[in-house]
Amino acid sequence: MAAATTVNYYTNYSGSRPCRMKRGRLSIKPDSEVLPICDGAVKRRRSAAVGFLCSQSQQHDSVEDWGNLPHHVVLHIFQYLSLVDRARASSVCRPWNDVFHIPDLWRRFEFELNQPATSYLKSTHPDLIQQIIKRHAQHLQYVSFKVDSCTESAEAACDILSQLVNCTIKTLGLISTARPSFMNVSQSHFVSALTVVFVNSKSLSSIKIDDTPVDDPSLKVLVANNSDTLKLLKMSSCPHVSPAGILCVADQCHGLRELALNYHLLSDELLLALSSEKHVHLEHLRIDVVSENPGQTQFHTIKKSSWDAVVHHSPKVNIVMYFFLYEEEFDPFFCEQTPVTHLYFGRAVSKEMLGRIGLNCPRLVELVVCANGLEPLDEELIRIAERCKNLTAIGLGECEVTCSGFIEFVKMCGSRLTQLSIMEEVLVPDNSYSLEQIHNEVSKYLGRMWFPDMMPTW
Amino acid sequence: MAPNSIHWFRKGLRLHDNPALREAARGACTVRCVYFLDPWFAGSSNLGVNRWRFLLQCLEDLDANLQKLNSRLFVIRGQPANVFPRLFKEWKISRLTFEYDSEPFGKERDAAIKKLATEAGVEVIVKISHTLYDLDRIIELNGGQPPLTYKRFQTLISRMDPPDPPVEPLSEAFMGGCVTPVAEDHAEKYGVPSLEELGFDTEGLPSAVWPGGETEALTRIERHLERKAWVANFERPRMNANSLLASPTGLSPYLRFGCLSCRLFYFKLTDLYRKVKKNSWPPLSLYGQLLWREFFYTAATTNPRFDRMEGNPICVRIPWDRNPEALAKWAEAKTGFPWIDAIMTQLRQEGWIHHLARHAVACFLTRGDLWINWEEGMKVFEELLLDADWSVNAGSWMWLSCSSFFQQFFHCYCPVGFGRRTDPNGDFIRRYLPVLRGFPAKYIYDPWNAPDSVQAAAKCIVGIHYPRPMVNHAEASRLNIERMKQIYQQLSRYRGLGLLASVPSNHHGNGNGGLMAYSPGEQPAAAAVSAAQAPGAAGGSVTGGKGSGSILLNFDSEDQPGLSGGQQHGYHGTADPGQATASQRLYQACSSHEFAVPQHPGRLSHGGPSGKRERELERETMGDGDTHTSSRKVQRHSSEVSGK
Repeated sequence: MAAATTVNYYTNYSGSRPCRMKRGRLSIKPDSEVLPICDGAVKRRRSAAVGFLCSQSQQHDSVEDWGNLPHHVVLHIFQYLSLVDRARASSVCRPWNDVFHIPDLWRRFEFELNQPATSYLKSTHPDLIQQIIKRHAQHLQYVSFKVDSCTESAEAACDILSQLVNCTIKTLGLISTARPSFMNVSQSHFVSALTVVFVNSKSLSSIKIDDTPVDDPSLKVLVANNSDTLKLLKMSSCPHVSPAGILCVADQCHGLRELALNYHLLSDELLLALSSEKHVHLEHLRIDVVSENPGQTQFHTIKKSSWDAVVHHSPKVNIVMYFFLYEEEFDPFFCEQTPVTHLYFGRAVSKEMLGRIGLNCPRLVELVVCANGLEPLDEELIRIAERCKNLTAIGLGECEVTCSGFIEFVKMCGSRLTQLSIMEEVLVPDNSYSLEQIHNEVSKYLGRMWFPDMMPTW
Repeated sequence: MAPNSIHWFRKGLRLHDNPALREAARGACTVRCVYFLDPWFAGSSNLGVNRWRFLLQCLEDLDANLQKLNSRLFVIRGQPANVFPRLFKEWKISRLTFEYDSEPFGKERDAAIKKLATEAGVEVIVKISHTLYDLDRIIELNGGQPPLTYKRFQTLISRMDPPDPPVEPLSEAFMGGCVTPVAEDHAEKYGVPSLEELGFDTEGLPSAVWPGGETEALTRIERHLERKAWVANFERPRMNANSLLASPTGLSPYLRFGCLSCRLFYFKLTDLYRKVKKNSWPPLSLYGQLLWREFFYTAATTNPRFDRMEGNPICVRIPWDRNPEALAKWAEAKTGFPWIDAIMTQLRQEGWIHHLARHAVACFLTRGDLWINWEEGMKVFEELLLDADWSVNAGSWMWLSCSSFFQQFFHCYCPVGFGRRTDPNGDFIRRYLPVLRGFPAKYIYDPWNAPDSVQAAAKCIVGIHYPRPMVNHAEASRLNIERMKQIYQQLSRYRGLGLLASVPSNHHGNGNGGLMAYSPGEQPAAAAVSAAQAPGAAGGSVTGGKGSGSILLNFDSEDQPGLSGGQQHGYHGTADPGQATASQRLYQACSSHEFAVPQHPGRLSHGGPSGKRERELERETMGDGDTHTSSRKVQRHSSEVSGK
């Protein structure tokens, strides 16, 4: 019995017992005892849908035939229920059980693969995984895998992937919730699993494969099978991909609108390919610039003409750059005009670099600086206020700005600063303003109440 | 007949500003001050030797000060609930006094004792003196919910009367005819035990950097104020290399054990400020340290699960890594990052670290580098940190791991750069990690980058004498900031590219402190709506708008199917099903990892379970035609199934 088996593996980890109800036709009278569903633990988890139906039947004070509720109504209700609740409801009667298996309810699935030793999270029950592969694989369209830091979990994800043969998956996400574990899976295992999906689902539009051992040949397979549909590719920190590999994607997938990658994959050729006439407008380009030890990586420079081509082709593109570099590694960046819109500096950034940003980043929308040296950044900020007319958000961590300099900055930007997150320690009191006065002044220029961010002194 | 009283010491280990103690002595025939200590518990508890030593020193000092009033401290071996009935009888007690304990477990314990006492005909008097304010009043003023941001908290207390001034210390004059009967065998029966008696090995234990006791506390507060008067600057002192070291003017452990009254501190600060600043009224920031403590006490007092992620309605659920080896490296100062290891060594040796040092190691353990649950760090601090208090410790850890209180998460302390900026010379490192003494300042924060010759000259080869760094900080922080952003975007329903806008709080400028959309009665309309709405129809505008952060408070509204569209989420072993539902929902809401792009409103966007706003989008785009198609599909499908 399908229903009975379904209920079993949904409910045994929800902690409450399944509600057993008579199969088949079921009549609900307003004051009847037919709804054992309303007791104890089950009551807490009782779906609003059932509650809604209860009150309806009470209002009408008539006998409703639950089994004959139109399928689409049950389906509609089911769409609001968690899988556990759907499973439980599906054991009520045959027609509800039928609805349980309707493809619409299986378009999206998130496989969670965790080990008790490495995660606080639960896993998708193996029986459920089996059932999905057997009965619902062809219905899946939006699939994600969440794995913990354990290699076994990532391997299990790959095993499932390689069984998704008869699918038409549109979006695929491989997500590491803790330390990335896909990197520990043997590359051949990973790549063969991934290419199964690439080959079989010929209409992939979004793929999120950050921190995985994906490589150039597998990207070629992706391109060969999904070039017409691919819109989004997120692949930060994929060390086995080369600039040529990603260039091949950009060359062939003309619908690609969003791309996330590491700086070492970014090339002039790539930007030109994304700006070719055949290519749609790019919406979002996310670039991570990471180096672990100073001087270990040599960073190349992107030509101004390539950046210009991107903005010319896609005037509205958002270019987001996250930097995790040492101060002395910033030389290749922002020496010429760069169309970056969002900047995050996760480690120290030099004063000089911030000065260049004011000069060369006219499209800047958001600037976040975690740390800087101990010299005040007044001039740099004021220049940014002057030149970056689109700037609406700024965040400063371990930096220093004098209160007067900061007020000047805020005054110049005015109310366009919708996000202003400044750690209290950043502001150095001077002759003109004390910390107490500053929030009034800033609030005045912003046209709303503003306070610096505070951290507990504990 | 004049009563025989017991004053029960727990925190508040002092004679000054102790209103409950005064109540015990007031007009009484006899008074006995008791402290309960369970020797069996002592050995098995997870408090470190420094904390026990501090406590015993406090008790010795208390006993000494009571002796000056011809009284004594009675240290009772056992549990209050078991021993009190015997004491009531034996000492013919008719009055019991103690200081109010605001923490949930304290309240529970005290309610039981109160019941037990009342049944024995003993009058119970409870006085507030561990906090500046009556915390319940703050909560009441906030409409029945504890404030969830510090700013809101400040706003509330600025509307309240200033705290009560401290009461006079217990004195001989006040004691009057009230005596303490002391038996010959007092020392054996009720004396303060030694560390050895509690089962601690004290051989080679260095002397305490922070000596416990009220007498020490009162010396320190004078020094503290003298120094403040000397610099005549009431701004928060800027951090430098010296501030990292234990200071003879530090007060936090004394406030924790109540050797120092927070009200005494408060009023002495006020007096000094008015003297130096010519009678102008001090700003709230003057009391920063005291108010933060008060803030966390307020947030915790009605929340028994304040110290955990699971089932804690104000805590964002984050899929932390479970990694005992990494946790042990952190706790035992073996991370390979000298800045982190030096701080953890100082903590273990001395029981105190500077608050920015706390931020550094907490960030490293949780959202910065190791992605380990803040509860684990909290437990280590509870063992080692003298001033770790249930509420303040848990609250700070939630804060520092960005698990609550709506603060920005963009700022991640670099385990190399932060220390280097604070103490460029590296003296702090050399003091606590002698093995690195030979390294020049240039490499002392990242010795693994030192050339072999430098390592050889320093007589310390990284990987042999000192561990290699346990984590690649750049990669880890890249990953972690991305995860935090996604978690927060789920909470705030924000879909843009900005990092700062992801935090579910906003400077609304509505005059109530900026961030406080969360207080009942002051919620903006959208928040109120989303709490009470029908399925799927969430508040907040669709484009670029962030819904309010009210999701954090909606944990008790159960019938909100809009959010439960996900799958079988959940953690192991949830205790309270009601709260589990809520936190599951919270987790569901924050577990989806989306490529943070303003997606065109596809019916089912990829990624995890959808939030309310996504669902709304779904509904909007599922026009009539769409519904029909799907119902046709349904019918077709069902006929297929029944045909089988």
